[in-house]
Amino acid sequence: MSHLETALERRRKYLAGEFTLRDTVDRYLETIEKNRHLNAFVRVNAEGARAHAAEIDARRAAGKPLGPLAGVVVALKDNICQKGQIVSCASKILANFESPYDATVVEKIQAADGVVIGQTNMDEFAMGSSTENSAFGPALNPVNPEYVSGGSSGGSAVAVAAGMADISLGSDTGGSIRQPASFCGVVGLKPTYGRVSRYGLVAFASSLDQIGPFGRSVADTALMLSVISGEDPGDSTCVPAAVPDYVAGLDSDVAKLRIGLPEECFGEGLDPEVKDAINAVLDKLRADGHETVPVHLRMTDYAIATYYIIATAEASSNLARYDGVRYGVRSPRADALEDMYLHTRSEGFGAEVKRRIMLGTYVLSAGYYDAYYKKAQQVRRLIRREYDKAFESVDILLTPTTPTPAFRLGEKADDPLQMYLSDIYTVTVNLAGTCALSMPCGTSSSGMPIGLQLIGQPFKESELLAMAHKVEGML
Amino acid sequence: MEFEAVIGLEVHAQLLTESKIFTPSSARFGGDPNTQTDPVVLGLPGVLPVLNRRAVDFAMKMALATNSRITPLNTFARKHYFYPDLPKGYQISQFDLPLCTGGYIEIDLEEGGRKKIGLTRIHMEEDAGKSIHDANLAGEDTLVDLNRSGVPLIEIVSEPDIRSAREAYQYLSELKQIVTYLEICDGNMEEGSLRCDANISIRPVGESAFGVKTEVKNMNSFRNVERAINYEIERQTRMVLDGERIVQETLLWDANAGVARTMRSKEEAHDYRYFPEPDLLPLEISTAWIEEVRATLPELPRARRERLAKQYGIPEYDAEVLCATRDLADYYEEAAKHCGDPKLVSNWIMSDVLRILNEQKIDIGTFSISPQRLAGLINLILDDTISSKIAKAVFEDMLTSPEEARAIVEAKGLVQISDSGELEALIDQILADNPNQVEQFRSGKDKLFGFFVGQVMKATSGQANPQMVNDILRKKL
Repeated sequence: MSHLETALERRRKYLAGEFTLRDTVDRYLETIEKNRHLNAFVRVNAEGARAHAAEIDARRAAGKPLGPLAGVVVALKDNICQKGQIVSCASKILANFESPYDATVVEKIQAADGVVIGQTNMDEFAMGSSTENSAFGPALNPVNPEYVSGGSSGGSAVAVAAGMADISLGSDTGGSIRQPASFCGVVGLKPTYGRVSRYGLVAFASSLDQIGPFGRSVADTALMLSVISGEDPGDSTCVPAAVPDYVAGLDSDVAKLRIGLPEECFGEGLDPEVKDAINAVLDKLRADGHETVPVHLRMTDYAIATYYIIATAEASSNLARYDGVRYGVRSPRADALEDMYLHTRSEGFGAEVKRRIMLGTYVLSAGYYDAYYKKAQQVRRLIRREYDKAFESVDILLTPTTPTPAFRLGEKADDPLQMYLSDIYTVTVNLAGTCALSMPCGTSSSGMPIGLQLIGQPFKESELLAMAHKVEGML
Repeated sequence: MEFEAVIGLEVHAQLLTESKIFTPSSARFGGDPNTQTDPVVLGLPGVLPVLNRRAVDFAMKMALATNSRITPLNTFARKHYFYPDLPKGYQISQFDLPLCTGGYIEIDLEEGGRKKIGLTRIHMEEDAGKSIHDANLAGEDTLVDLNRSGVPLIEIVSEPDIRSAREAYQYLSELKQIVTYLEICDGNMEEGSLRCDANISIRPVGESAFGVKTEVKNMNSFRNVERAINYEIERQTRMVLDGERIVQETLLWDANAGVARTMRSKEEAHDYRYFPEPDLLPLEISTAWIEEVRATLPELPRARRERLAKQYGIPEYDAEVLCATRDLADYYEEAAKHCGDPKLVSNWIMSDVLRILNEQKIDIGTFSISPQRLAGLINLILDDTISSKIAKAVFEDMLTSPEEARAIVEAKGLVQISDSGELEALIDQILADNPNQVEQFRSGKDKLFGFFVGQVMKATSGQANPQMVNDILRKKL
């Protein structure tokens, strides 16, 4: 995908007056149309994007100051609220829900002169690892449309990979940014929990969800992170930590680092081609003077179980509001109160969402809470402690993003457990609450991209991005 | 066999904050349906709660007023159930780390003495909206009004320390008085800003184990709480005496029929699936914060009753009536401050002022006679300027006039005649005009004394000093 310009390049050219944003939007709309088969977008706001672009062009022409995203076209995952737009989470139950408010990140993007072009496809309510759980059908991998784009933010990865937007936003609850970034060959960043406001992100699992950017370069994700980060009085879990200039931080000299290699992420189940690609990067890093050290994240064995208890418990609660009473689609078969709930939710939610609501309801039930939810929270604390401990001896962790490159459409659709395992290297990061990114590091023999994951210390996105930027330069 | 009742009350009090507990939208009562809402209140996708610290201040006042132990690290929890007036499908409440535990409320027993009713806990939560099933408004449908949704509540859970419906009434009255003194809740049960559920069981006197309890809901007045509890105690007693088993269930009180009806059995009880609210951080309550709130506490009703009785030398009964509300007690103290006879002030307030408030259906805050003006009126009696009887008439005038009592008395020439020379001359004249009555009185018809007094008052339009009239008449007759 390297033939496409990065957002930063486009921004530089735009500021230099090489093109108008109004024309850019039209060109991107054409690209979206041409790539319709990839099903990356569920909604395109052509009129809104053109109008906003023209307005920014006018300001440029008048010599007025422009924001850090001027010249950049942005796509939003369909679970991030934009005022006046339908936000459906790729679900039938919200097919008609028009948001009356902007998510904090959308306000920030617009204030920074980013033009939002549309909403991207996703697994319904961000539950899935292939975007096959979308009510709109799967988003396909632009490298080879017989392969999945990954998920749940598949559409956002495809949009950036195929040049339908410069930067996109996704949300990452257990790997939903990093895994599709890896499958589609782009950079995907999951910030530290609390770095970016969740206000206006339709909740899946509140203690794990975090919004983050996709870009065609590490620098592009840094650019977007600088815009969307920071304290928000509307989100109590958003941390009031200063926001550094992540782009400026990229060229800061990366000292010789101690890179931790969690042995649990290099063992059974890892595709040899992925392993080779990662090893090739490690060789270059060592040649560059960095030290690699094996570390243990022994709790990885329990990560998927822990994740699926906590995430489903929170999801069963967060999705209780979709009852057909105030908004969204109400079943026409709803005659009495209980029927309204039953039919609306049975018809409105897809199979995977229902599976997780039932799981989550079960683990929170009286008599099961201690054995499941409480236990999972205890394991989660152990996972956090393990990360803290690892970071006492290393600066950063490096793993493959996923055990295999993108799989074929339908390959795992009937086997939820196999599907869940594709997040094995990514979920612990959400449980620990820290930051990580996936970046391309090679190609499989079948031509599919391979991703490597760098895991940083909490709120040290600057260091993480600087390291990734350095690796990017080596490849 | 003799039985005793074991009763615990769960009281919900709506806090009088400007805005809702998790969003800035207005928390005021009233307004057209669904006008006091915003995306958070409506539970729209993507919204998040942010705690209103003012609501915590209010809740802490109650914690301190009931001598509770404040939990240094509070957590919020989600309580799940489906209902159309519960927008998110869960209520944000508190579960294992509530605001406070272990306090008490002291009540006066009717048989004399006092009793401490223990408080298990007080926790904060958000109110739900209202479902309107009224056929006149909604026809066959149900309408939902979310104005109330998100209004801050505290739930005050008592220990099972209450032994009779009367004690429950006393407890509730004391609780209401405390929240209104604290100005954190208006205490209105009819409007639902104070709500009470009762857990009731009975057991043989002397038994320490608890019987099977039932929960009674929907008692929307103080009187109905008493009635419903008495009803349920009688029902349970009858069942036990008839050899039937009491089943754990929730009952709804029907005030019109005077019966409690089964709402749901134990099997139908909700599993609320509580878990820690991930959208809110644990709430740290520092000692400094506690002290800051403590400094704002007013004198509480019990302390004030005791002080008033002692400081002003008035009977306990008077103090209790005068301390019914903070405003009334303030009114009394302000009037007493400007007047030489605190008991006379108390009499005037308890009889005349309260009568007018009752007739006009107003609060003391909007009463037209200021405490200073009332004191001025009473002082005119004390310095013999007017009689009590004239004072009553002046009081009526003052209700519609901004004038001071003295100005009214002077303008109307109501000043009491206390000139003994003037009175003696007048009485001499009256006695001379009524020789027959004088004759009859002197031959033993004592009742005629009143006739002479009446004649004097008539001649002076009631302004003669009654004590002096009595004295002079006695002397001359």
